[in-house]
Amino acid sequence: MSAIATITDIKTQNIEGKVPMDKRSALEIESQDATDTYETIGTPRVDNAKMSARHVNVFYGEKQAILDVSLDIGRNEVLAMIGPSGCGKSTFLRTLNRMNDIIPICKVRGDITLEGEDIYKSDQDTVMLRARVGMVFQKPNPFPKSIYENVAYGPRIHGLAHSKAEMDEIVEQSLRRASLFDEVKDQLDKPGTGLSGGQQQRLCIARAIAVSPEVILMDEPCSALDPIATARIEELIDDLKEKYTIAIVTHSMQQAARVSQRTAYFHLGKLIEVGETKEIFTFPKHQLTENYITGRFG
Amino acid sequence: MNSMSDSNRSNTTAAIAASLKKRYARERRFQWYGRLAVLTGFIFLFILLTDIVIKGSPAFTQHFIKLDIDFNTEVLGISQNATAEEISGADFSAVVKDSLRTMFPDVSGRKEKKALYRLISIRAEYTLRDMVLENPALLGTNAEVWLLAHSEAGSYLKGQVDASAPESDRKVKDIQVVWLDTLAKEGRTESRFNSTFFLSGDSREPELAGIKAALYGSLFTLLVTFCLAFPIGVLSAIYLEEFAPRNRLTDLIEININNLAAVPSIVFGLLGLAVFINFFELPRSAPLVGGVVLALMTLPTIIITSRAAIQAVPPSIQEAAMGVGASKLQTVFHHVLPVAMPGVLTGSIIGMAQALGETAPLLMIGMVAFIMDVPGGVTDPSTVLPVQIYLWADSPERGFTEKTSAAIMVLMAFLILMNGLAVYLRKRFELK
Repeated sequence: MSAIATITDIKTQNIEGKVPMDKRSALEIESQDATDTYETIGTPRVDNAKMSARHVNVFYGEKQAILDVSLDIGRNEVLAMIGPSGCGKSTFLRTLNRMNDIIPICKVRGDITLEGEDIYKSDQDTVMLRARVGMVFQKPNPFPKSIYENVAYGPRIHGLAHSKAEMDEIVEQSLRRASLFDEVKDQLDKPGTGLSGGQQQRLCIARAIAVSPEVILMDEPCSALDPIATARIEELIDDLKEKYTIAIVTHSMQQAARVSQRTAYFHLGKLIEVGETKEIFTFPKHQLTENYITGRFG
Repeated sequence: MNSMSDSNRSNTTAAIAASLKKRYARERRFQWYGRLAVLTGFIFLFILLTDIVIKGSPAFTQHFIKLDIDFNTEVLGISQNATAEEISGADFSAVVKDSLRTMFPDVSGRKEKKALYRLISIRAEYTLRDMVLENPALLGTNAEVWLLAHSEAGSYLKGQVDASAPESDRKVKDIQVVWLDTLAKEGRTESRFNSTFFLSGDSREPELAGIKAALYGSLFTLLVTFCLAFPIGVLSAIYLEEFAPRNRLTDLIEININNLAAVPSIVFGLLGLAVFINFFELPRSAPLVGGVVLALMTLPTIIITSRAAIQAVPPSIQEAAMGVGASKLQTVFHHVLPVAMPGVLTGSIIGMAQALGETAPLLMIGMVAFIMDVPGGVTDPSTVLPVQIYLWADSPERGFTEKTSAAIMVLMAFLILMNGLAVYLRKRFELK
């Protein structure tokens, strides 16, 4: 009985110890909001970037979700975006292939370029853009169709295969690259929704790479998966960077540390710090980054 | 401190236990209410269906009476080698009457004779004429022929008439009862499946009245309704749900669609009368007009249910499709619609079922007329099943009572068939 009481006491203390810290950081942020200008610490810009965002602001109606973010994604690198819930990392990711366009009240200001081309220019075709910048979502979302159809759908609508054999080739290649082929090769005509969570997510990755995108955006791809499935996806991400440029949003700092070359820390819509992953996790320069990666809040 | 928390603990446990008992009792009580409600519904349904089946099932059989027909050329008033035209014009009712009189020679008096002739349906003369037309060699010979009984005689033979009741209370008179009993004893009566009911249109004679014209009328009407309401309804739903901007105009449209679903159906009938018949001068009583009117009535149902089904498609599927670069149209037609299809189909079938059972608006556009011929197309005058039921229910002859129930059974079979189709389609779409 007394042991339980002690544990409870410790917990209470912990919470009490945390509250002032949170309050402090919140105050800090508010004061920053007031001035509305801030400097991102680290190296948001890289040479020869695949995609670059400059002074991006995103609004949901009246509410501003992203404040003046400038960030580059280097060629064939994995960029991890971390930060507490609601910090705008997913929103930022979705501006990169204009998935935010679906939300009517969402407005994007600023410049985002892919290979130097403005993707928000008025004659930009979103279909073309999304073929070049693929996306993997938080929850595995295979189409309620066969495994084969799931992968073949993208190439088919874009007319990438001219024969059944070519399509078979693309499907097999994509599934192999997503390291799923061996598990499903005998059940390609079974519904994709019948696979396990981890397999479904790899199927979604296969679907994304089937259209040979240049960039793959991943929005917390492992948050619905168990550690083993997560490990396989992480391995896969490591392999994929040979061919693709990857931006990944994650809640797991270990994951960011394992898979990424650069890490960006977002906080309440602001890009606080960017840098080499090793550096960010060993010598964070900003107080907020340090608080977050040391687990003081998050 | 420990003992205090211990006693607190036991207090809490006791309080929870007490409230648990109450909660479980409430749940059990509620379950019983539910069972009672379901049971009540079932009992009513059972009573209704049993009543209809008991009343309607005699309509599926018909009695035939065997007569010795003498195809006497003199009685027929034609020569031995008459032409087809002459045969067609011959008086075959005379040979039927002759045959009846020979069988019951002691019948005298106009009234009694008339009662005797009323044992056989007026169809008999046409049956005989067709026989002779097919085989003119019959002329001048004798033959045993099974002829359709009159509906009143038939109803006595089916055991629907209580012969012990006072004679004035029943259509089948004492003298006819004697004749029919004699015929039955001699093995000259037989009950057969009533194919007439399915193969002919309406008639003034209950034994000759059939459902075919109304069935075809319903089929044509529903065909028109479906061809109009389904594509228009589903496309409207897709557009409003997926493409239309959200603004005042679309809000107004949405409110009006919802209101339209609540408009009494007879109003649609008035509209059909004013617009399609009086203004566009489309034919009266035609399935075309009926179908258009019912389509207008069904549209709101289809739009509302389809929109709900489209709305229920998880947004993750849309995102996935857009993520691989599908256009909005491709997203909708390749992914959203197939997933929403079971719901859309259910809604449409509900709408169609509603249209199938609708009577009021069709009365307004003249589909209530007495129509004997089976319609051959959507512009032919016709009636529909529910209107036919209404017409028969309104007829005084006893023979129509069972016809009414039988027609209801056919209507329900039609409905079950439609629902079965819907379930089948649902399953097919869900498998994919």
